[in-house]
Amino acid sequence: MPPAETAPETLYYRHRLPVRVMHWVNVVALTILFMSGLNIFDAHSALYWGKSSYTGKPPVLAIGATMTPESGIHGVTRVFGHEFDTTGVLGASKERDGELSPRAFPWWLTIPDGRWLSMARSWHFFFAWLFVLNGLAYLAWSIGSRHLARDLAPDGNDLRTIPQSIRDHVRFRHPKGEAAKRYNVLQKLAYLAVIFVLLPLVILMGLAMSPTADAIWPGWVDLFGGRQSARTIHFVAAWLIVGFVLVHVFEVIVSGLWNHLRSMITGRYRVPPEVGHG
Amino acid sequence: MDKIEPARRRFFTRTIAAVGALALAGCQRLSASDWFPQILGAGEKASAAALGLVSGRKAMAQEFTAADLSPSFRSNGTAEPDSDKYRALMAGNFADYRLEVGGLVERPLALSLIELVAMPNRTQITRHDCVEGWSAIAKWKGAKLASVLEAARPKPQARFVVFHCADPMADNGTDFYYESIDLDDAFHPQTILAYEMNDAPLPVKNGAPLRLRVERQLGYKHAKYVMRVELVESFAEIAGGKGGYWEDQGYQWFAGI
Repeated sequence: MPPAETAPETLYYRHRLPVRVMHWVNVVALTILFMSGLNIFDAHSALYWGKSSYTGKPPVLAIGATMTPESGIHGVTRVFGHEFDTTGVLGASKERDGELSPRAFPWWLTIPDGRWLSMARSWHFFFAWLFVLNGLAYLAWSIGSRHLARDLAPDGNDLRTIPQSIRDHVRFRHPKGEAAKRYNVLQKLAYLAVIFVLLPLVILMGLAMSPTADAIWPGWVDLFGGRQSARTIHFVAAWLIVGFVLVHVFEVIVSGLWNHLRSMITGRYRVPPEVGHG
Repeated sequence: MDKIEPARRRFFTRTIAAVGALALAGCQRLSASDWFPQILGAGEKASAAALGLVSGRKAMAQEFTAADLSPSFRSNGTAEPDSDKYRALMAGNFADYRLEVGGLVERPLALSLIELVAMPNRTQITRHDCVEGWSAIAKWKGAKLASVLEAARPKPQARFVVFHCADPMADNGTDFYYESIDLDDAFHPQTILAYEMNDAPLPVKNGAPLRLRVERQLGYKHAKYVMRVELVESFAEIAGGKGGYWEDQGYQWFAGI
């Protein structure tokens, strides 16, 4: 077994150009979609379950503000009947100029930063198209180039190593040598869940909010509980995507930020050398 | 291993913060510019074209049952028009109300409520989707707009139907609410001039005596307090030129999404 220092480091061409381009288009589109979406939400900062907002049942989530002369503005968030004081973050937060004012989400999380529904909708729908076209291009390329079959679809061996992969992730042990050239099984499953469940769901639930799209096949929206349920699912799915991104970025940082960044920009990934086991 | 030394990490986090702040300021500046919102407008055009392709101009909006009716139907925007003319009509229980139908038509009309009620009508339980995000379900009964238009006989140049309303949007009593739709929507079977809501005369807060129902579009298209229907070739010369009160404030003319 050669000592670790002399093990050769190789630059491996890991991400092909279409993947790199579509990845960064996705970063821009999803960021703008999320932030303009939060601005749109602020026009009616409550979520319901059902066909309409006025079913006699209270909203499942409501972000609002209370104002009293004694204590000023307070942000109040109500989730399934439980009330929380969320002043500073939800319901009431400081504007760019430092003044506390009623708004669902803070200015630095929304596009545009002020409450501006029509402009937020313009941003949202433009980048929704970019996101959908990018996603369709990705699907077509992934299937045509066998990226999907070769790099993303887990095989039997992958599935058998799920418990080991969980242990590796928890201990921050990252694959080396040949294994570092491939996605690990948890990575594959996470990417597949996002590509084939979460992203299509968020698009479909966005369309479910369109009264014209609802008329394509009257009643299809009820399969998801109705238009207001669809709006709630759209919101939750958007936050689940944010959750995925946070985990994704965390994994990138702990397993070699610069190496991963380079490989997503130039395509070249430095394969960590295989060192002595044990 | 890939250890990031503190200086590098600081540089990195500061870069992210700086880029983020610049990007946000950039978005704000772009929003306020003249040219960028026009580029973003491509999204609206693409949505209108794509939905037109897949849903077809004759597709019917979903209809609901009495079990789905909202306990109360929210009033949004104007709850009572602030105009002497409207208050006089209201005081007379709209007996003196006349719906004017004019513009590019062969036969201009002035229809009383009694005449409107005698026209072919339609009753539908539909969902009202506000651009803000909420929905409410109500039962509507009204004269088919197609029948009203056929009675007035639109000229071949007519391309849009404009609805002029009784509610002034500016504090000084001007800037009346208005909306416009194309002829496909105008002749759609579910497009009605509603005079009843939930089996009772249309309440003032919901647009009495007459409001437009143009299902498959968002709430701001459903003009309340309709006083005059005008057929035009283009709405570029009306008010702000964008085809509606909210359109003039930057909202999309195609309100199907």
